[in-house]
Amino acid sequence: MTGQIKSITNPKISLNILTPGEVERIHTATLEVIESIGVRFPSTKALDILEAHGAQVDRSSMIARIPGAIMEKYLKLMPSVYSLAALDPALDLSLDGNHSHLGTDGCGVEILDVFSGEKRRTTKGDVADIARVADYLDSIAFHWVPISAQDCPPESRSLHELAAIWGTSKKHVQTESIVTESEMRAAVEMAAVLAGGSDALRQRPLLSIMQCTLSPLCHDGGSLEAGLLAAQAGLPVGYMTMASCGSTGPITLAGNLVVGNAEVLSALVLMQMAHPGCPVYYAAAQTATDLRSGAYTGGGPEDYLFGAATNVLSDFYNIPLSMGAFATGAKEPDWQAALDNSLSSFMAVSTLSDMLLGAGLLHGSRIFSYEMLLMDSEIWSILHATFQGIVVNDETLALDVIRSVGPGGNFLGQRHTRQYMRQRWLPTLIDRRPYDQWLVKQDGARQWALERARQILTDYHPQPLDRQLVHELDSIITQVEAGKFVTV
Amino acid sequence: MSNDLYTQLASSLLDGDPDATEALTRQALEAGIEPMAIIKEGLMPGMNSVGDKFSCGEYFLPDLIIAADGMKKAMDLLEPELRSRRQRVESPGTVVLGTVKGDIHEIGKSLVATMLSANGFKVYDLGVNVPNEDFILKVKETGANIVGLSALLTTTMTVQKEIISELEKAGLRDRVKVIVGGAPVTRGWAKEIGADGYAEDAIGAVQLARQLVSG
Repeated sequence: MTGQIKSITNPKISLNILTPGEVERIHTATLEVIESIGVRFPSTKALDILEAHGAQVDRSSMIARIPGAIMEKYLKLMPSVYSLAALDPALDLSLDGNHSHLGTDGCGVEILDVFSGEKRRTTKGDVADIARVADYLDSIAFHWVPISAQDCPPESRSLHELAAIWGTSKKHVQTESIVTESEMRAAVEMAAVLAGGSDALRQRPLLSIMQCTLSPLCHDGGSLEAGLLAAQAGLPVGYMTMASCGSTGPITLAGNLVVGNAEVLSALVLMQMAHPGCPVYYAAAQTATDLRSGAYTGGGPEDYLFGAATNVLSDFYNIPLSMGAFATGAKEPDWQAALDNSLSSFMAVSTLSDMLLGAGLLHGSRIFSYEMLLMDSEIWSILHATFQGIVVNDETLALDVIRSVGPGGNFLGQRHTRQYMRQRWLPTLIDRRPYDQWLVKQDGARQWALERARQILTDYHPQPLDRQLVHELDSIITQVEAGKFVTV
Repeated sequence: MSNDLYTQLASSLLDGDPDATEALTRQALEAGIEPMAIIKEGLMPGMNSVGDKFSCGEYFLPDLIIAADGMKKAMDLLEPELRSRRQRVESPGTVVLGTVKGDIHEIGKSLVATMLSANGFKVYDLGVNVPNEDFILKVKETGANIVGLSALLTTTMTVQKEIISELEKAGLRDRVKVIVGGAPVTRGWAKEIGADGYAEDAIGAVQLARQLVSG
């Protein structure tokens, strides 16, 4: 990391997207869905907990119906403010409702090779390389597992991914790729090794956990059990709905929010029943299905609206939100990608979503591109400047300077100009050159982004993780692979 | 009289009204119209129009799925009649499909099943989290010529490869074409594991299945 993380704080711009009355209606409809229709929890462990805490459980369908009053009781236990810890405490992230932090996207399966340009399957080496570039960028506050380490065995892959990131970067890691209890057990152990024991980890969660729901109105058994184990260890756990209008959710946006809300809240309440007061967060990446083909859209006005609306919901429940923004459906870092990623992130930040995901992936989070990562970083830099808004005071009204320049002069030679000029935003990828200069090479953002990524990968080598710790992480993974991992 | 009914049957499919399709089919049978004629003169022209409208972008997936539902309701009434006459509708092929073990994602696989059925394939949908041996047994039992394997997780994609080698071990690989799909699955992966085909969506899967059974 080269300097301070550039998170967005105290934004001066805000957006009204749902009235309090509308939020209330969505909440009431959600509770009705959970109480009368129910949500499927395909895990005996989860069903036992739900039943013991007052849910009506049908063991054959594995559907639990949770009465509204019980939902309300456990929703109140969720802590509203906590921090995501980093290996370097200077890089800790506060989730206090007044920050937006950007993370990488996940979990891609192909990568556009930064040197050859070839599209190929992703490896553990790529995870470490991407982590290195993400570590360098001040826009990136935390890591997701950006791509899958497909050269590692499926049963330990998620652990190799964590080891690759921790081996490279001291920023917080939020993993979305652990979907079994056994892998989670090992991941918690790895995090505890880094934190200096399980109590220290509880105080400073170096790892947060993202699980997906299975729209409509289902959970995955492995994800539930993995989440429960992480919650027990004090790691922040979030459940992400990706309910998609017209296929896995109602075609109407409000209905889609209700379905997604029911999935997320039912999982978070399960965590509170098992471990009262454990840190949890809301996570979402709803979209609309393109009904001409069934395709995942990864962009479009529905996504932008969901990006803003979901934070209003998570604010209503007074918990942080991890929101899927960026993550364009475009195949290349092109016009569509820039449009999608600018508007989706603008909308999500305008309601101050705490964590934003999605930098660096194309084609609906399937293909990683270093160019895209650098371009997304530039979009973030634009947002960062935009959301500072316009400061109005004596100094910024600049009456003295206006008086001294007078009609017809210019401000270039003014001390006031020199004093504040570095506060004005400057691009690294946007082309503002004279036409004739452009004409020489006719290059632009894509070439510059690629060159910068290559340069970072060649020149930037952050201090690696202590060798002893690397060895301890590796030894946990080796034990998992040998089927011999047991926690003490 | 029968021409009028044929037109109404086709319209009911185009209008997305499965209950009407069912009622009209019943009415046609009661009027003594031959089941094969109901299919060929009423239902098939309707389904073909729906397909054409989808191809040119006028109709969307729900139009297709609701029409397929109407078609199924009609066929449920017509099949016993066809059997009693020792007649049957020709099918381009038999498909066994499911989502592989460890993976419970359903919608993509079910959409492929619906689209294949709507296009005349005989489809055995094994559901989700399907043990490898169930694919093998069902292929044996049905004599299917296509098996479809869906995986939505990077960690369950590898099961597609396992099933292909188990089909080989069972001596079935030569008589069945393997098609794979799911969000993380790519053409490159399909090739690497020795699958016969890959499609990105349900419409592509139908085209692929047609090619594989004709080629």
